[in-house]
Amino acid sequence: MQVKLIRRKNGLIVRLDGELDHHTATVFRDVVDKELAKNLVQNLVINFDNLTFMDSSGIGAILGRYRLVKAKGGKMVFCGVSKHIRKILQLGGLLTIIAICSDENKALASLM
Amino acid sequence: MKMEIPARSENESFVRVVVAAFVARIDPTLEELNEVKTAVSEAVTNCILHGYDCSEEGIVWIIAMLEGNKLSVEIEDRGKGIADIERAREPLYTDKPELERAGMGFSIMENFMDELYVESSPGKGTRIKMFRTFGKKSWENH
Repeated sequence: MQVKLIRRKNGLIVRLDGELDHHTATVFRDVVDKELAKNLVQNLVINFDNLTFMDSSGIGAILGRYRLVKAKGGKMVFCGVSKHIRKILQLGGLLTIIAICSDENKALASLM
Repeated sequence: MKMEIPARSENESFVRVVVAAFVARIDPTLEELNEVKTAVSEAVTNCILHGYDCSEEGIVWIIAMLEGNKLSVEIEDRGKGIADIERAREPLYTDKPELERAGMGFSIMENFMDELYVESSPGKGTRIKMFRTFGKKSWENH
C-alpha cells in the first residue's frame, strides 16, 4: 500500500492506494503520525478513492488516528468512499463520528 | 482447495486472492467477492495476531470447498486458543487495544458470511468454519 500526503491550509490530505489490512496498517499509522507530530496541521482528510481493500485492521488504524486528531482539537473527514469500504466503515461505527464528502475539495471546504 | 502459510501478516493478502480466485468459477458478484475476501482476511489475521501472538512462527491452514454455489472455508491455527469464545465474538471486544485493534473481526465474519462456527482449545489452537451461498443475498438484506 502507498500513502500519499498533501498538506493544505485546512488540513492534511491522506490518499490511500492499495490494500489496508493488518500488514499495511502500520505503514499508514507511521506515515500519518510522523506528519501529525510536526504540529503543522490539525485536520485530516482521508481519501479512499484508490483503496481496493480494507478490513477491521483498517478500522482500528483509522480510529487510532481519529483519537490523535481529536486530542489536538482537529477534525477528520472521509472522501472517495466506495460501496464496500462504506460497509466496513459503517460496521466499525466510524460513520456515526466521521462525515463522508464526495471529493477532496468538498472535504477541505467542510473543515473551514 | 487446501493451503498452508507461515503465520506472517504479509501472507494475508495472498490468502485473500487465492480464495477469491477459487470461487471465481461460480461467477460471484464483485460485492460477494469483497465480502468473502474480508471475512477470510479477518480469520487469518486472528490466527496470526491472537493464535500466534505475532510471533511470526507457526502455520495457518486454509481449506476451501465449493458444493454447487455454497462455499465453505475452514481456517485453523495451532496457537494459544481462545479461553472464552463468546466474549471474543462480542462486537468491539479485543484483548489487544494497545495494537489499535477494533474488536470487529468476528462481527465482520458474521455479517459477511451466512454461518460461522468457532472451535478452540486453550493451548491447542482455533479452527473457524464459515459458509456462504452465492447468488442469494447481499449484506444489506441481513
